[in-house]
Amino acid sequence: MLGRATEDAAASPAAALTYPFRGDHQAGIVTPAQERLHFAAFDVTTKSRGRLVALLKAWTDAAERMTRGLSAGEIGPVEGAVNLPPDDTGEAIGLPAGGLTITFGFGPGLFRDAHGKDRFGLADRQPEALRELPHFPGDNLDPARSGGDLCVQACAEDPQVAVHAIRNLARIGFGTVAVRWSQLGFGRTSTTSTDQSTPRNLFGFKDGTANLKAQETAALDSHVWVGTGDDARAGWLAGGSYLVARRINMTIEVWDRQPLGDQEGFIGRTKGTGAPLSGGDEFTEPDFHLPGADGPVISRDSHVSAVHPAHNDGVRMLRRGYNFVDGTDALGGLNAGLFFLAYLRDPRTHFIPVQLRMARIDALMEYLKVTGSALFAVPPGVRPGEYVGQSLLG
Amino acid sequence: MRIPLLAALFLTVPAVAACTQNTNGGTGPELGGGAITVTSTNDVCEVSATEAPAGKLTFTVTNGGSEVTEFYLLGEDGRIVGEVENIGPNLTRELVVNAAAGKYVTTCKPGMSGKGIQADFTVTPSDVAVATSSSQDQLIHAAEEHYGGYVQEQSDRLLAKTGKFVSAYKAGDDAAARTLYADARTHWERIETVAESFGDLDPKLDAREADLEPGQKWTGWHRIEKDLWPARAERYAALSTKQRAVYADDLLANTRTLDGRIGKLEFTVDQIANGSRGLLEEVAKAKVTGEEEYWSRTDLWDFQANVDGARVGVEGVEPILQEKDPALAKTLSARFAELQKLLDAQRVGNGFRYYDELSPDQVKRLAGAVNALSEPLSRLTAAVLS
Repeated sequence: MLGRATEDAAASPAAALTYPFRGDHQAGIVTPAQERLHFAAFDVTTKSRGRLVALLKAWTDAAERMTRGLSAGEIGPVEGAVNLPPDDTGEAIGLPAGGLTITFGFGPGLFRDAHGKDRFGLADRQPEALRELPHFPGDNLDPARSGGDLCVQACAEDPQVAVHAIRNLARIGFGTVAVRWSQLGFGRTSTTSTDQSTPRNLFGFKDGTANLKAQETAALDSHVWVGTGDDARAGWLAGGSYLVARRINMTIEVWDRQPLGDQEGFIGRTKGTGAPLSGGDEFTEPDFHLPGADGPVISRDSHVSAVHPAHNDGVRMLRRGYNFVDGTDALGGLNAGLFFLAYLRDPRTHFIPVQLRMARIDALMEYLKVTGSALFAVPPGVRPGEYVGQSLLG
Repeated sequence: MRIPLLAALFLTVPAVAACTQNTNGGTGPELGGGAITVTSTNDVCEVSATEAPAGKLTFTVTNGGSEVTEFYLLGEDGRIVGEVENIGPNLTRELVVNAAAGKYVTTCKPGMSGKGIQADFTVTPSDVAVATSSSQDQLIHAAEEHYGGYVQEQSDRLLAKTGKFVSAYKAGDDAAARTLYADARTHWERIETVAESFGDLDPKLDAREADLEPGQKWTGWHRIEKDLWPARAERYAALSTKQRAVYADDLLANTRTLDGRIGKLEFTVDQIANGSRGLLEEVAKAKVTGEEEYWSRTDLWDFQANVDGARVGVEGVEPILQEKDPALAKTLSARFAELQKLLDAQRVGNGFRYYDELSPDQVKRLAGAVNALSEPLSRLTAAVLS
């Protein structure tokens, strides 16, 4: 068998990375953020709980194989019968695992349909916090880029590996699920490990400096992982998390015409080093009280002030977003921005109030337009012998 | 351009920073006699030179102290020739000034209070010509007067036409109200960056449905717009006569409040130049995209009005620009004309085609002309203040 991992590739150390698929928590959350993303949301088209479970089992097998650098199916892209389509699509032949992680989530529509009707006998286990997000000012949502009953986040160091994963999982799902929307991300905008340097978003600024990191285990328990007692009806979610996905378009051309000093004022940090405008280096805590010429030197409507935990009841999230460029729009402008992904313990405390505050005061909102939005409950890790979501469906 | 929370700035009095351009450390200082470094600490203001030849001087100011600092170049009479504010600890900012020969004072102001730490500074004669400040001051003063008058005139006409509009709307004369709607809003859009600078009034007057927070009541122009043009709405319930009166009276009262506040404003040249830039940003974000007038599709009226206001701002500062950067003045004039030509092609009678009557190609060409104008326009403020 022509296994992917057995074939030589001029692989960088990152490309050779593998992360275990199984564990207490799903991979792809605190895993050091990989460079590339393919994210897909699915509508469940079957009415059969059995078929849904069968799909999750098949997805578990395929995902585990691909994260080890193996083909999606057991036979392989070129090892099968010539009169049959291969059980792996083949574009990852010769590519190592590339640090691939595949993370699964469940949307509100898995539990109840649009009329509130129980779909798979799961309604009484729907987490209290798993509801459609409210409309936020600045939202201009495209239904074709929003929502979904299931989601799959594939992250890798190699974009072809991430796309291969989503493509093969979608294929396995045909007949049970249909792709609702998907999003490519070409560059990470967050660090989730203290070993990583801070990347830049498409505004040209360092993003995610103060992000939650894998090493902060106590903070992860407080802000990312759902606790055992958090929701009596959704005990199955303990050890899991909530995932907020928001496709945030940037009005790139307008932003680019802002003077540098204004750009830094909107963000509250310098563009070069990422230091807060109150001084120091990138990792110096911002001083929101240091007086400037007209109010604090870090303006109250700057992004860093708007979303800082100090102004949001101390809540933090683990951001894992990606830059995206989906070509150009009808006006010839870049259809580009930040595909915001954040893992958090409860959207009602850790996302909705922060987003509302941001919509109300953040100077950056002038340059942002949210075109897609979705919320998912991310089940805990897959333990040996289990399939993903077994704590809910088993 | 973000304006709402900066409304207070419009209330400040005359331009102090006539010859200022403060930039960040990233731009390469023009080396030669003009590059000077300044280190400001809590108790020392160390300037690398005590004299420089007349012309463009670049002060690279680093804050080595623990408080926010400022750096000023003052004339002998205490007049501010140039300033750079809000330099946080460990940060570096640049001050670029065009200085004529004469005696000056450098000042660091750690903590931004008191007289600061001062030292004499001499600009020696050179063969670089620097415009005298008095001729500049006159041009600046004229530009400020001119723009202030324009804003007041537009505000007055907005109030008058809003009165007519709400009368027709309340009386149920929808055809008249629809005609008056875009015409009245023209006066709002011409001064939009000023009008929306009042963070309390703007949401009441100009919020679009998508701008609302959960629980926020929708009032103002666009609420009435939807009632007059409900065609794109799903299952829309028309407002009753009584409801109409409530929204109409509210719109007029808030417009009256706005007009009263605008009467108290004064404008500095940098605000005028920034306002022109801001108006083109409004075009780029909401008008050329057809998002502003979602129900009425009268986006091109607003588009034209934003361009009108931007052009008045540019024309007002043009005498200054002609001295500072004649090439930029020429480019702006040509780009305004190109954009206007495309807009003129869409005129119908006293108005324009509705947005949904434009072809994708026409919209794209308009967007291209907006970008072509906006790029040089984004350099206007720095040029005028140089």
